[in-house]
Amino acid sequence: MKNLKLFIPLLIFVVLGLFLLWGLGKDPSDMPSALIDRSVPEFSLPDLQNPGMTLDQTLFQGQVTLLNVWGTWCPPCRVEHPFLVALEKQGVAIVGMNYKDMPEAAREWLADKGDPYRATFEDREGRYGINLGVFGAPETYLVDHRGKIHYKHVGIVDEAVWQQIEPLYNKLVAASEEDRP
Amino acid sequence: MNPEIGHFALILGFALALCQAVLPMVGSYTGNRPWMAVARPLALGQLLLALVSFVALTLAFLADDFSVLYVANNSNSLLPWYYKISAVWGAHEGSLLLWVLIQAGWIAAVAAWSRSLPLTLVARVLSVMSMVAVGFYLFLLFTSNPFERMLPFPAAEGADLNPLLQDFGLIVHPPLLYMGYVGLSVPFAFAIAALLAGRLDAAWARWTRLWTNAAWAFLTLGIALGSWWAYYELGWGGWWFWDPVENASFMPWLVATALVHSLAVTEKRGAFRSWTLLLAIFAFSLSLLGAFLVRSGVLTSVHAFATDPARGVFILAFLALVVGGSLLLFAIRAQSLPNQGGFEWLSREAFMLINNILLVIATAIILLGTLYPLVADVLGWGKISVGPPYFNLFFVPLMLLLAPLMAVGGILRWKRTEWSWLRPALVLPLLISVVAGLVFPWLYAGAFHAGTAITVAVFVWVVVVLVRDIWRKSAYSGGRVRGLRRLTGSYYGMQLAHLGVACAILGAGMVSIYTAEKDARVEEGGRVEDAGYHFEFADFSVVQGPNYVADQAEVRVWRGERLVATLYPQKRRYLASGQLMTEAGIGGGLFRDLYVSLGEPLGDGAWAVRVHVKPFVRWIWLGALLMAAGGGLAMADRRYRARRTALAGSTIDNAVVTGSH
Repeated sequence: MKNLKLFIPLLIFVVLGLFLLWGLGKDPSDMPSALIDRSVPEFSLPDLQNPGMTLDQTLFQGQVTLLNVWGTWCPPCRVEHPFLVALEKQGVAIVGMNYKDMPEAAREWLADKGDPYRATFEDREGRYGINLGVFGAPETYLVDHRGKIHYKHVGIVDEAVWQQIEPLYNKLVAASEEDRP
Repeated sequence: MNPEIGHFALILGFALALCQAVLPMVGSYTGNRPWMAVARPLALGQLLLALVSFVALTLAFLADDFSVLYVANNSNSLLPWYYKISAVWGAHEGSLLLWVLIQAGWIAAVAAWSRSLPLTLVARVLSVMSMVAVGFYLFLLFTSNPFERMLPFPAAEGADLNPLLQDFGLIVHPPLLYMGYVGLSVPFAFAIAALLAGRLDAAWARWTRLWTNAAWAFLTLGIALGSWWAYYELGWGGWWFWDPVENASFMPWLVATALVHSLAVTEKRGAFRSWTLLLAIFAFSLSLLGAFLVRSGVLTSVHAFATDPARGVFILAFLALVVGGSLLLFAIRAQSLPNQGGFEWLSREAFMLINNILLVIATAIILLGTLYPLVADVLGWGKISVGPPYFNLFFVPLMLLLAPLMAVGGILRWKRTEWSWLRPALVLPLLISVVAGLVFPWLYAGAFHAGTAITVAVFVWVVVVLVRDIWRKSAYSGGRVRGLRRLTGSYYGMQLAHLGVACAILGAGMVSIYTAEKDARVEEGGRVEDAGYHFEFADFSVVQGPNYVADQAEVRVWRGERLVATLYPQKRRYLASGQLMTEAGIGGGLFRDLYVSLGEPLGDGAWAVRVHVKPFVRWIWLGALLMAAGGGLAMADRRYRARRTALAGSTIDNAVVTGSH
């Protein structure tokens, strides 16, 4: 063991390994997509259907809600829309987030195809989309009656997707009813 | 049923790997020949089982078996069949299965082409490689099983493959890259075997060199393909981003490059022995570190695999075992390895040492830059991101220093070179390259540019020194052609790879300096002018793909009155995931690429577009191709072939013996 410098590589590696171990416990990205199990970020954005009014995160209080991100510029949203209308008829509360869109075009779209949304707020610049971690439209978030996000689906919600989400939805609804005295 | 067969084959493969890790190693110490010899048939069995497992998963993809969770998450019935196959390695679990398959492939390859090596050495090498394989089998089976079912409620439709990955480049990029990563486990295993034996000779170095060359060539191709893919698929027109995942593949490449050179010294001169072993350990350790960084989620990257801390813990433990264990072994056993062969500073050995030092410094700088955000986060210095400026600041000068020395190193003699002999070989090339460097920027761009001058001078210097050397060495009394044929494959391989380095440097320099880029708002019929080219946006339309809808522009590119190219950049929206993808329109050429990507629609039929003219960008990948071809040529060297033919007979004998067991 006369040549101790041969141990240098091992030493370097041990130090490196310790850093990697610490690093494992951290979340490097803090990507807002990790909003699962956190509250809907605060906002105060224009109400699409009532120009001049604004909506905020209290919209999600008291009822299990789907938050649907959509835009008239998005062909898959066109595909998704009829299913949302049907879902609303079943009594599911849906809040719309009109994403990077023209308000006139959006209002026309809802007048034309039916409005499944309890309320729709506008994120014209896509700023709030960043807080929420939106990749693109359509996207749908499942939010509980206290405003906490439980699930996020990227892409079209249709019959098959809803079958996957529904059990969690029903569970949340049951929980919200227990909370109600 | 298929997925269960695949799963079962995987478990069996794991059992075989375990036997192979233990029996030959124990046999090599107790002198039990059958236990050592069993390594070869076990290698074959492992490969077959891994293949069965891989094919089973591929079939599940082709049959749209969405009851398999991994298939449901990464495929879709609308996906074209070739992407269904490449989707097998499109995400974490499947890519790990590919890793295991390739590991089994390398083990089998070593088992097949190692007849001239002593059985003890082969047994230990195969055993060490299987130990590594065991780790990956465990990882796969316990944290990332690709065969997991979603029963009793299978998905009706798959979530689709990430659109970024729906591309030809991705069909080939990961397999090549993994061939490189996993291939580095061969020199690693040879190094461990040498340390265990406390002995390493010229035959050891010769064969380790062969395998290192192979892995290095694959890694070169894999990285180049990744860069090419990023260039045309990400739509930013960049070809290298110093992204953590790119760095993760680049670091083993740099160390493997150093290893290829250090092995040459060890083979020819018996020097640098412990250094060679250390590099072999480092190269593979960096491959594993790369796997850890990509899959544990400790760093953010555009290549985000689905990450999971449990997987991170597993790989880290594995890393600690493999790397820590081998470095400990190195520290204890390398003491007894004598270094021999003195040399003077003007000798090939000395230049190889400089090469090694520069490459290792470059690796250390990249490692530091890659891990710095993590270290800063751990030490509470805040979230920091280290960007390209840092890497370029250090890496570019290092390479510009390395390349001219590389050319000289290629012509130096071993042990000692006379300056009086060397001087005439360098004066003329120096003159030519300086003149070329000074003149070229004027001719090309009409103005002097120091960066261009240096890049071009380096390129010309390498090429002239290299060509002159081939010319001199091929002088032969029997004629030039026969003289050229007398030179060895490994000599040509070296020169070709060095030429490749020069081409890549020229390409990288030119494209960094002269890229002309313009952002504009255009409507139908609008024009953008860039670097002497007119881009006419003749038409915007909507086209329908198999699983996407795209806005497409027809762009006619004019130079003066001449139509140079018609490009069709697209903005795709994939139906299943709703993701947007930019598909750039590229008009390729040896001396420039025309590159158009669509940005956002701006309303009223107008679009934001980005137009680039990128000179010499293809030389980067051309250079990489030459490097890989050089690696291949060096492997085809006579000294390997002669042995193989001589041993063909014994191979057959062995096969018969194996069959009769």
